[in-house]
Amino acid sequence: MDKRFFGQSLPRNEDAKLLQGKGLYVDDVHLPNMLHVAFFRSPVAHASIEKVDTEKAEAMAGVCGVYCAGDLGEFWREGILVVPPAPIEGIEFHSRTQGPLAKRKVRHVGEPICAVLAESRYIAEDAVACIEVEFKELPAVVDLQAALETSSALVHDELDSNLAAHAIQTKGDYASVREKAALVLEREFVYDRGVAGAMENRGVVAQWDAGSDQLTIWDSTQAPIPVRSILAQYLGLSESQVHVIAPFIGGGFGPKIMLLYPEEQIVPWLAMRMNRPVKWIEDRKENFYATNQERLQIHKAEILFDQTGHILGVKDVFLQDTGAYNPYGLTVPINSQCTLLGPYDIKHYTSEFKSVFTNTTTVSPVRGAGRQHGVFVIERLLDFAAKRLGIDRIEIRRRNFICPHQFPYENRLIYQDFEPLTYDNGNYEVALEEVRRRIGYDRFYENEQAKYKASGRHLGIGVAAYVEGSGIGPYEGARVTVEPSGHVNVATGIGTQGQSHFTVFAQVVAEQLGVPLENIRVTTGDTRRFHWGTGTFASRGAVVAGNACHTAACAVRKKAIELVCKLWGAEGADIVLDGGCIFSRENTSQKMSLGELAVMANPMRGAVEGDTEPGLEATRYYGPKMGTTASGVHAAMVEVDLETCSVSVKRYLVVHDCGKIINPMIVDGQIHGGAAMGLGNVLYENLTILENGEWANANFHDYLMPTAPELPSFETGHVETPSPLNPLGVKGAGEAGAIPVGAVIAQAIEDALSNYDLEICEVPITRNKLFDLLEKCKSAGSSKEKASLL
Amino acid sequence: MGLEDLSETSATTQLKLKVTVNGELRERWVEPRLLLSDFLRHELELTGTHVGCEHGVCGACTIVMDGQAVRSCLMFAIQADGSVLETVESLADEHGNLSPLQSAFKGCHALQCGFCTPGMLMTLKPFVESCSDPSEQDIRNAIAGNICRCTGYHNIVKAVQQCIQSEGETE
Repeated sequence: MDKRFFGQSLPRNEDAKLLQGKGLYVDDVHLPNMLHVAFFRSPVAHASIEKVDTEKAEAMAGVCGVYCAGDLGEFWREGILVVPPAPIEGIEFHSRTQGPLAKRKVRHVGEPICAVLAESRYIAEDAVACIEVEFKELPAVVDLQAALETSSALVHDELDSNLAAHAIQTKGDYASVREKAALVLEREFVYDRGVAGAMENRGVVAQWDAGSDQLTIWDSTQAPIPVRSILAQYLGLSESQVHVIAPFIGGGFGPKIMLLYPEEQIVPWLAMRMNRPVKWIEDRKENFYATNQERLQIHKAEILFDQTGHILGVKDVFLQDTGAYNPYGLTVPINSQCTLLGPYDIKHYTSEFKSVFTNTTTVSPVRGAGRQHGVFVIERLLDFAAKRLGIDRIEIRRRNFICPHQFPYENRLIYQDFEPLTYDNGNYEVALEEVRRRIGYDRFYENEQAKYKASGRHLGIGVAAYVEGSGIGPYEGARVTVEPSGHVNVATGIGTQGQSHFTVFAQVVAEQLGVPLENIRVTTGDTRRFHWGTGTFASRGAVVAGNACHTAACAVRKKAIELVCKLWGAEGADIVLDGGCIFSRENTSQKMSLGELAVMANPMRGAVEGDTEPGLEATRYYGPKMGTTASGVHAAMVEVDLETCSVSVKRYLVVHDCGKIINPMIVDGQIHGGAAMGLGNVLYENLTILENGEWANANFHDYLMPTAPELPSFETGHVETPSPLNPLGVKGAGEAGAIPVGAVIAQAIEDALSNYDLEICEVPITRNKLFDLLEKCKSAGSSKEKASLL
Repeated sequence: MGLEDLSETSATTQLKLKVTVNGELRERWVEPRLLLSDFLRHELELTGTHVGCEHGVCGACTIVMDGQAVRSCLMFAIQADGSVLETVESLADEHGNLSPLQSAFKGCHALQCGFCTPGMLMTLKPFVESCSDPSEQDIRNAIAGNICRCTGYHNIVKAVQQCIQSEGETE
């Protein structure tokens, strides 16, 4: 049967509302008698709190209260460990989580110390400016290597050091193959990230209805269901009394899952105390300091090759900055460890990391979630080896790819879902060949690049490949209901931050029920409508929630067919669901609307038989045992201006394999956005830390988010290797665009400037850094001198 | 502005603001320091205009004032006294029929989370009205003051091209 909805680039159900500015985001919630919160946040990175004077603030007209840690009483508690340590043998792990308001010590700039509640946000901020706090400053721990020295100040003085975790994962026996290597390459890589930079800052609104004992919270969170459970527990309420609504959210990208941010904990508490609605909306400066980010890793990697360019083994030792607290455990470094292996057949691997506390904002996943770092290391090593061995860059990758017959391929390392990493399938060579053809690789090297050089222009190409573990558990659920009107309601627990769930889940359901897309209403992220599940993260929405929607829709379809067969005495007939109707293909007089059938499925007389349920409704769950691996190849063509060191991205091509595609237009949109974020991180976004722990550029004037003139048009292609692990055959795609960009651009710049023999081992590659590198090359005199950007 | 436009209460000075918003004359007493973005969003409850940075870079707060795209987060409400303002709520007609630009956005998947979209539309409104044959670079430059973190701008550029082309065809 031809697919009517699945696989079609259908326009989105949610657009009309959003285009008219009618989407409800958290700051759009207006409730009568609402109070507003502003926070006094630490201006210093590391200090003990000696004295807090809130007298002037409390006396201010319009201020309802000023709260410090002591005022929270028993409600004050440290946050949960959201992700416990993975079951890696011999792992060392020290859990330290944030409290809602700092008690005796602050550990990063921006850590909240007092909450001011007032009649307006303006008055609340006036009052915050009147609060005086005396600090005894301590040395700020900002350098990752210095943090591990015995002389370093301690971020957490109960611990012996700033070591948050230490873990080693191995595959095969690296030491045994080292002597056999024809080529051993060793390099140090530094990969820094930045902020997620969602256009909407965070926010929370809470309303306690004392009459009905119900607490309703609007929260810009990616995980409303866990937020509900945690708050119910903290506030001593039944889960059924707490409703968390994630309304339209202006971008998530990772940091909007925290469980719980201090503000998420305090605002509902205040709403209950005051019996008035309370609102807190973050401003952009707070976002730079108080919203989780992802940051620095320093890798020392060694790779072994045989004489034909096959990888014998890889050894990688790295430091990872986890910020002041580590509630998100080791998701980021474990992703780095696992994703380094990429689409390559690497039989011997040892990866060791130390996760380090610093006096900076807490680190938790940002789109890519540590995969970038691993990909940068392996792709750069392949490039340097290609040069040394005289093998073409595309060819050395092809030679090392896992072949289709080798799937399922067991990498054995423990992945972020705590399962041994297994690749279900992939078809990497097909993607690589499409990239080679479409970027015009052969033509470029045969004559184009030389022609550009002859006219004084420096252009180069970069190509990189990666594998993205996606679609991990634990599970998600969905309920599909046909209403008497014939319209369909779909409810699922995960939230939406622009990924088009209102449309793609409707497409999955429409495929089974034959109801027009605009008549399918999808609710996401509202615990009043669906309250089992986890959240939107790790490129899992379409795989996990999508399959739950599919399974529920299949169940409704089966019920509908069984019911009409009974009604028409047509057992075994070929029944069709199309255009909102259900009919027999052989006997077209047997036909009714799905809405009519839904009414008949809920009889006013006659019992519901045995174990059956009324109506045309089904709730189903999908819980994959392990993730499914998407993959891709990216290529870029860049031009470097030697005078200004600016890198202009002329072309950017992504050929991606996320299995079966529900809506190609939407997947392309995800790829465009991911690649744009990647290019921003690699070329423009450079969150710079000062010695005292402050960011030098915590604003949009100085932290350069890419705008339209900086970015190219994106070209995309798709390979569809359906996942064997789920009924829809889909794989994740949300983070893909952002993952290999560092490697692609570094390679392309080196190719454009091949006379200079540079090695770019650091991200971001800003103009200043490129300038320094070129100066080093020039002063070294010979163009054969290597200069490593570190 | 005379003394009748000034009001001193025991708490704050208030000024009388008279401004036309989406064709309707609105009169309010406002504090001098009330931002125009906050006035629109919280006083008039026209929440379509969004606030992303409050320092005039991201463009999410862009509205049209006296025919020009301006950043409402960088203005005090009182500075708009006597002006004619248009916000995103004015683009579709009263039956909810989308404008050609809005329709093009929908057709080309030029929005994902929708947060930057109103600012993007209001920046583009004067542009598409005045520009008949822009190059891709012209379009990118026109939206250089609007940050989008979701779309990579690719589909936004396509939507503008499609809108201008179809407007050209209907003329």
